[in-house]
Amino acid sequence: MRLTPKSVTLLALVVLIALSPIFFPSGFYYRIGALIFVNALAVTGIVILTGWAGQISLGHAGFAGIGAYACALAPVHWGIHPALAVVLGAAISAVLAWLVGRPILRLKGYYLAVASLGMGILISMVLNNERELTRGPDGIDVAELGLRGVLKDAGLDLSNGQFWYFFCGIVLILGAWLALNLRDSATGRALRALHGSEVAAKTVGMDVARLKLQAFVISAVYASVAGSLLALQNKFITPDVAGFMHSVEMVTMAVLGGVGSVAGAIFGAAVLTLLPQVLTVFAEYEQLVLGAVMVLVMIFLREGVVPSILRKIRGRGE
Amino acid sequence: MSELLQFLLSGVTVGAVYALVALGFTIIYNASDVVNFAQGEFVMLGGMITVFTYAAGAPLPLAALVAIVATAALGVAMNKLAIEPARGAPVVSLVIITIGVSIFIRGAAQLVFDKQIHSFPAFSGDDPLRILGATILPQSLWVIGGALAVFVGLWLFFTRTLLGRAVLATSNNRLAAQLVGINTPFVMTLSFALSAGIGALAGVLVTPITMTSYDVGLAFALKGFAAAMLGGMGNPKGALVGGFLLGVLEGLTAGYLSSQYKDAAAFIVILGVLFFLPQGLFGRKSTDRV
Amino acid sequence: MKTFLTTTALIALAMPAMAEIKLGASISATGPAAFLGDPELKTLEMLVEDLNAKGGINGEEVTLIAYDDNGDPNKARTFATRLVEDDEVVAIIGGTTTGTTMSILAVAEDAEIPFISLAGAIDIIDPVKPYTFKTPHTDRMACQKIFEDMQKAGITKIGMISGTDGFGASMQAQCKTVAPDYAIEIVADETYDPKDADMTAQLTKIKGTEGVQAILNPGFGQGPSIVTRNYKQLAIELPFYQSHGVASDGFIELAGTEAAEGVRLPGTALLVAGLLAADDPQKPVVDAYKAMFEEKTGTPVGTFGGYAHDAFLIMTDAITRAGSAEPAAIRDAIEATSGLAGTTGVYTFTPEDHLGLDLTAFRMLEIQGGKWTLVQ
Repeated sequence: MRLTPKSVTLLALVVLIALSPIFFPSGFYYRIGALIFVNALAVTGIVILTGWAGQISLGHAGFAGIGAYACALAPVHWGIHPALAVVLGAAISAVLAWLVGRPILRLKGYYLAVASLGMGILISMVLNNERELTRGPDGIDVAELGLRGVLKDAGLDLSNGQFWYFFCGIVLILGAWLALNLRDSATGRALRALHGSEVAAKTVGMDVARLKLQAFVISAVYASVAGSLLALQNKFITPDVAGFMHSVEMVTMAVLGGVGSVAGAIFGAAVLTLLPQVLTVFAEYEQLVLGAVMVLVMIFLREGVVPSILRKIRGRGE
Repeated sequence: MSELLQFLLSGVTVGAVYALVALGFTIIYNASDVVNFAQGEFVMLGGMITVFTYAAGAPLPLAALVAIVATAALGVAMNKLAIEPARGAPVVSLVIITIGVSIFIRGAAQLVFDKQIHSFPAFSGDDPLRILGATILPQSLWVIGGALAVFVGLWLFFTRTLLGRAVLATSNNRLAAQLVGINTPFVMTLSFALSAGIGALAGVLVTPITMTSYDVGLAFALKGFAAAMLGGMGNPKGALVGGFLLGVLEGLTAGYLSSQYKDAAAFIVILGVLFFLPQGLFGRKSTDRV
Repeated sequence: MKTFLTTTALIALAMPAMAEIKLGASISATGPAAFLGDPELKTLEMLVEDLNAKGGINGEEVTLIAYDDNGDPNKARTFATRLVEDDEVVAIIGGTTTGTTMSILAVAEDAEIPFISLAGAIDIIDPVKPYTFKTPHTDRMACQKIFEDMQKAGITKIGMISGTDGFGASMQAQCKTVAPDYAIEIVADETYDPKDADMTAQLTKIKGTEGVQAILNPGFGQGPSIVTRNYKQLAIELPFYQSHGVASDGFIELAGTEAAEGVRLPGTALLVAGLLAADDPQKPVVDAYKAMFEEKTGTPVGTFGGYAHDAFLIMTDAITRAGSAEPAAIRDAIEATSGLAGTTGVYTFTPEDHLGLDLTAFRMLEIQGGKWTLVQ
């Protein structure tokens, strides 16, 4: 049986997530793993938007903020179960992305960058300023998801760290599977054609605006769910989640790992999540190293780490 | 009446700061189609180097000159080390590179300088000037004057000098520019030196008003970027108008509507303008190449 | 910090017989709250070094494992987890901001590790959580102290201009809550972004509001200095109150002696070390910290470094009294702290009070001729 690249990626992901804990020296590593998975999920959305559809966004953290605050607010104000709040957040993000995306996706390059930046800043401003609702910059508590308790009753007793590690891991596998399926679908192929040349895609009769909008909405949902997972596992969230630097972080992870590939996105998320943990002894140099890594990877591994390395391994295969 | 005037003067003060930063974006963009997100760090360096040189005993004008020259040199280094090697990379890569450089400079600044907030004396004292019951600081006039001077300088440079036209030509078509004998590497070096120098000048002029610390660059870069895009990236007139427009908008919103949402008003207007004019107010029209 | 860690590591290797007490810290030494976190981290590192030079606690070396959370609550939670699970510290100091504190708090409470926070919000210790304590006054107390002073001056209507950062926004909300207790009405309520260049628009609006008798500016960083300068630019004659967020000599320097003249704020004994009575219980500790910090760093002491100093003092005092470095024993000893003089005030904790300070620890200060003076 010959494995497709899609099944290789998914299989590697499943094996990594399932077997890594064997090597964990302490419970802290479950936390790091869970963070990597959450970031990787958001970044998978960026791969769809930027890697495949070729559109840039500097405001996607705004959607993560919506997902996170949906989990904080919906259970308290409307008595909605946190699990449904995740869905609600994703729905709000999708609708907002659809409304905002229509006008701003007409813009190109840096103009799209500034428009998406503005959208992200507006969302984070609302989260900061609407104190009555969001409790402002100091943050707000988030309800317990409750699934861990259910599992415990069913005889599966996991520590908090373990639970979130496996839960986020499973969601990531699902997200990656959906993204990879999308990639091979008609829509996915059209998106990638669009990235190659928008004019050419238009000429052959593709509905370019609609395709771009679809990618924007899907990526917003990924970011929103990632934000929800972050809020639920921390049981506390602040507006920082929607901040500009978080948007930049998402794009950086995607581009660093390889914006055209899901595996690259996961790799990028892992590297940038681990970096501050590895550099703690040199905390003063963290920014210096981060900046240098961003520049060097973009210069020497233009397509990102994973695709560049794969290409080297395969020779001129591609 | 005097209230309205004060809101306007407040807006003009802030707007002049934005305009100066926005003007710094134009040259690099014109030469290379790169929006340099590290532009804000040049502003920070202009302020911080001046602060520390001045504290070491140098007279203020000399300290300012040192800051501008040193920052310009850093701009050249940035071009050689980070931008030139990445020529032809897609927009998103260039965004990451320039943000990477900005994080790098910020990280270096916190090691070389410190994390405290600093300032130095205003050039012409702190006694406010009174205009019809409203007030403005003399330093604001320096910033406004600086923005206008840089604008006129750039406008003359791009329209009246061979070198300026060479910059525009390089931006339009690098290969063609080379074919007609333009030394494109030199044009790039010059553009980065000029942009960084203008950024540092902005830092020198605004520090007595806004104060400075190692991390002020990002806020300057975002507002300057927004102002430049509002006016139309690459056009000095756009940068000037965009900057002042953004500042006045914030001043009036803070005065009449809500100070909490003054930044929101600015971004809503930007989104609105881009909706009707996708190239900004004075942007050049471009067509896609297949 | 790196060299420091290495030296302690070397010492630990050289003297394996000597036990060590692992103390954890997550501080915002960089990022938007670096202005607060930087002196906090420097203070902790300095004090640990000093303590070990003097022989540690009960003959045991103290190792400080400090992480920089950039002011990001998500990172703070990760570092707190790391301190607890991986480094196995016996206690945590930190949480420069309320957001980072809330993140660390959850981890510390789960793991039953004592935690002393350096942030302001009242929510941190109200309701009381068994393992969480804090050293700074709450922002509500700052409001109360200011309103007390206003009440004495017969002020009933004020305008507020607050920073939109966590510090400014939280104090703004607390002041609005307690204002009615002092018969004070907030008739104008404006804000500014911490990175704004000019606040004359907001001040003009407040100035033009009917009946305003005084103006209060909660915030930290450069914002309040700019507000103070703009205040003078607009020649506003009303009494002007700042918050404890700018209680440091740096504020007077940045705002300018002339503009800062007459500004009042609630501060700690640290700022007026020279003015304290000879028999003031805080005098020895204040003088010692001020001398040590200023010699070590070359920068003036501020309230925030003082919070870290007090947290460390409370922690070491508790470990000494407990005679053990077990988290539960340390917690019990912290809660039994009584009459311990720090730079911020004299701490007495009880099971119902994990702040241990009252309003008397705040001193109303006024800037005159570029110097802090005590308001009688």
